[in-house]
Amino acid sequence: MLLYLIKRLLYVVPIALAVSAVCFSLVFLAPGDPLSAVLPADASTEMVEKLKADYGFDKPIPVQFARWVGRAVQGDLGTSIATGRPVAIEIGRAISNTFVLAFFACAIGFTLGLFFGTVAGYFQGTWIDKLVTAIAVAGVSVPHYWLGMVLVIVFSVVLNVLPAVGMGADGSSQWAWDWEHLRFVILPAITLSMIPTGIITRTVRALVADILAREFVAALRGKGLTDRGVFMHVVKNAGPTTLAVMGVQLGYLLGGSILVETVFSWPGTGFLLNTAIFQRDVPLLQGTILFLALFFVALNLIVDLLQTLIDPRIKRS
Amino acid sequence: MKQVALRCLAAAAVLVTLVAPAAAQGTLRIGMTAADIPLTTGQTDQGGEGQRFMGYTVYDALINWDLSSADKASQLVPGLATDWRADEKDRRRWILTIRKGAMFHDGSEFTAEAAVWNFDKLLKTDSPQYDSRQSAQGRSRIPAVAGYRAIDKYTLEITTKEPDAFLPYQIAWIMMSSPANWEKVGKSWAAYAKTPSGTGPWRVDRWTPRERAELVPNKNYWDPKRIPKLDRLVLLPLPEATSRVAALRSGQVDWIEAPPPDAIQSLRSAGLQIVTNAYPHNWTWHLSRIEGSPWNDIRIRKAANLAVDRDGLKKLLGGMMIPGEGHVTRSSPWFGNPSFKVRYDPNEARKLLAEAGYSKAKPVTVKILISASGSGQMQPLPMNEFVQQNLAEVGIKVDFEVVEWNTLINIWRAGAKDPSSRGAHGMNYSYFIQDPFTGFVRHVESTLVAPRGTNWGWYQDKEMDALLATARTTFEPAAQTKALQAVHEKFVDDALFVYITHDVNPRAMSPRVRGFVQAQNWFQDFSPVFMAPK
Repeated sequence: MLLYLIKRLLYVVPIALAVSAVCFSLVFLAPGDPLSAVLPADASTEMVEKLKADYGFDKPIPVQFARWVGRAVQGDLGTSIATGRPVAIEIGRAISNTFVLAFFACAIGFTLGLFFGTVAGYFQGTWIDKLVTAIAVAGVSVPHYWLGMVLVIVFSVVLNVLPAVGMGADGSSQWAWDWEHLRFVILPAITLSMIPTGIITRTVRALVADILAREFVAALRGKGLTDRGVFMHVVKNAGPTTLAVMGVQLGYLLGGSILVETVFSWPGTGFLLNTAIFQRDVPLLQGTILFLALFFVALNLIVDLLQTLIDPRIKRS
Repeated sequence: MKQVALRCLAAAAVLVTLVAPAAAQGTLRIGMTAADIPLTTGQTDQGGEGQRFMGYTVYDALINWDLSSADKASQLVPGLATDWRADEKDRRRWILTIRKGAMFHDGSEFTAEAAVWNFDKLLKTDSPQYDSRQSAQGRSRIPAVAGYRAIDKYTLEITTKEPDAFLPYQIAWIMMSSPANWEKVGKSWAAYAKTPSGTGPWRVDRWTPRERAELVPNKNYWDPKRIPKLDRLVLLPLPEATSRVAALRSGQVDWIEAPPPDAIQSLRSAGLQIVTNAYPHNWTWHLSRIEGSPWNDIRIRKAANLAVDRDGLKKLLGGMMIPGEGHVTRSSPWFGNPSFKVRYDPNEARKLLAEAGYSKAKPVTVKILISASGSGQMQPLPMNEFVQQNLAEVGIKVDFEVVEWNTLINIWRAGAKDPSSRGAHGMNYSYFIQDPFTGFVRHVESTLVAPRGTNWGWYQDKEMDALLATARTTFEPAAQTKALQAVHEKFVDDALFVYITHDVNPRAMSPRVRGFVQAQNWFQDFSPVFMAPK
């Protein structure tokens, strides 16, 4: 187990390098200029060249990449070109805001997904199953930024009962777990939870239906086990796969959604990435993507370990 | 009698309510298009919007813009300098008298030494207060400045490289930060950004990066007429247009910048105010004049200008534009009286093209670079397609090459001869044209051909150079205006650009927002604004 853990941790190094290299290349392949965020449009070419030298953008791309990696391994993700603020501070602020949103989206998505999936699995082929499957397909298919806009129009503009944008009347720095702030999270959390709801529903439905059709379930019933007892066996058998799917979804949610956070002006990592992309803010983009990639790898590792704990048939050695 | 007295009293109360703002002036929340709070240290980033919200609010320039009138183009007015004049014996030497008693928010006084310190902040790379971020924003705004010194506490001397009567317009860009505050926060601009100090009518109370900035009135502002009426001004970055509209309609903000044109009607129907005005912005096709460009033939240039149905385009934009009649709007003091009238006259356009040897059956082909979006670019795709159809009707076949906005900026800097321009004969570009340099000089002066300057099209004309030189060396304001009119008349008479539209800088706001006067300027004054009671 320890060997497995060490091996998985070592995988992080090539993954992080590959993610950084791809991201670095994409930023430079994309049109635009990283300095456009800090220069007026009519800045002379001389001024542009001077600033390029100041920021080190006059060096060959491999040199720039090597320098960046050299600093990153020492924990220095650099400074945002657009704001002049340390990237680590920018990410720290954004990730905590995304966590708040992800927490509620997970709560909604996982609860509904597990409930709908189990119900549909138990009532396979009935109208309940069809209804739940339709909900699940809609959850996966409906573009969530569109859904976000519709929810804003209905609940913010027409009914005027929930706020349309932001993270509290005084911003995220004043965030508190009270109704005045929680009402800001409702619409983005519902929007963000649609995809995990759909995916988990479909996964759980398939698992439950499959398990219920197995011979051991018939044997359990034949031995006189109660429905509750059978249900517990179904849960145990469906658990590992469901957990893996939920782990991936959790990773997506914690990584932040560019579209949802932009529609709701939620100051998380998605909003940060969107801004960094439009401003060609290379250090901010690099730092954020690297951080999220590492986070995703770590989360997958945790899920794998949890799977081992709840299902002894899975060996990690 | 008693009843009459009571009625009089009631009428008086109503009048007071109508004429004077209520005692509680309220909080105004503005949704900006910027994705972040503009740089707070003085010289702002985020273009004109940054200067509008964090420049002219918190800081002052030596020379400010008069933002008090909606009816006429803004003029320069005294700011931290009460007067300025070029030395009659040596026109390169300017003397500015510094305003006495203008105080920074930290309590220190603005002096000529503070002005010198601020110029060093931008220009002198080895000075302790040199700030590359502010320099990147400010240095290119003052190309004429060669030197500066404090003659005494209240007298500043600025010298220019050549005699340059446009210097005051350049100076109006430079925001003055507090040397005392910079010392106090440990000589760090990062620390200064957290507790900014200017001399402006607003001071920063608190701000959170990327989320909000809250400004409160500077009750000790040196111009009592511009002491803000509001209790608080909250600035919120809302870069997504639909989110801005939703925030306004749900009452989360009271004012949004640049509502999308297709939302204007619904906002009006919902009882919200749409405020617009002419301002120094144009939306043109900048033409290449390098060898082989079809636009070197004035008949084709004039034909293109006559072929554009600007009223039709205005309908497409829901009325949110001013048809282009020249490089500047007719309300500009520099418009003059051009003999070529820019109008929609397709028959005349066809006639001119026929003289040049082209027709609808045998069109002249041009390639134009356009962007899909971009700051100030309005609705570039449908607008350009509209113009493309107009030109096709008379015999000008337009091929577009769509590039990303920042790429277009880089191409514009590189010039029409640069390979990055991909052999294009023109580009669609919207311009800030608030002063003589940005309005005229940078586009057409021979010495400023790209990449040295931003004369993208490589237009070079001795007569134009002479007109610009005259304007630049005319120091008497009325005479300078006449000289600039002559420049603009040549712009239009020679059809140097395809003049299409001017933006009207739309803003949408709650009916409770009162007292706002939308100046014909990129910057605005928030001091007279107040919120009517609910």
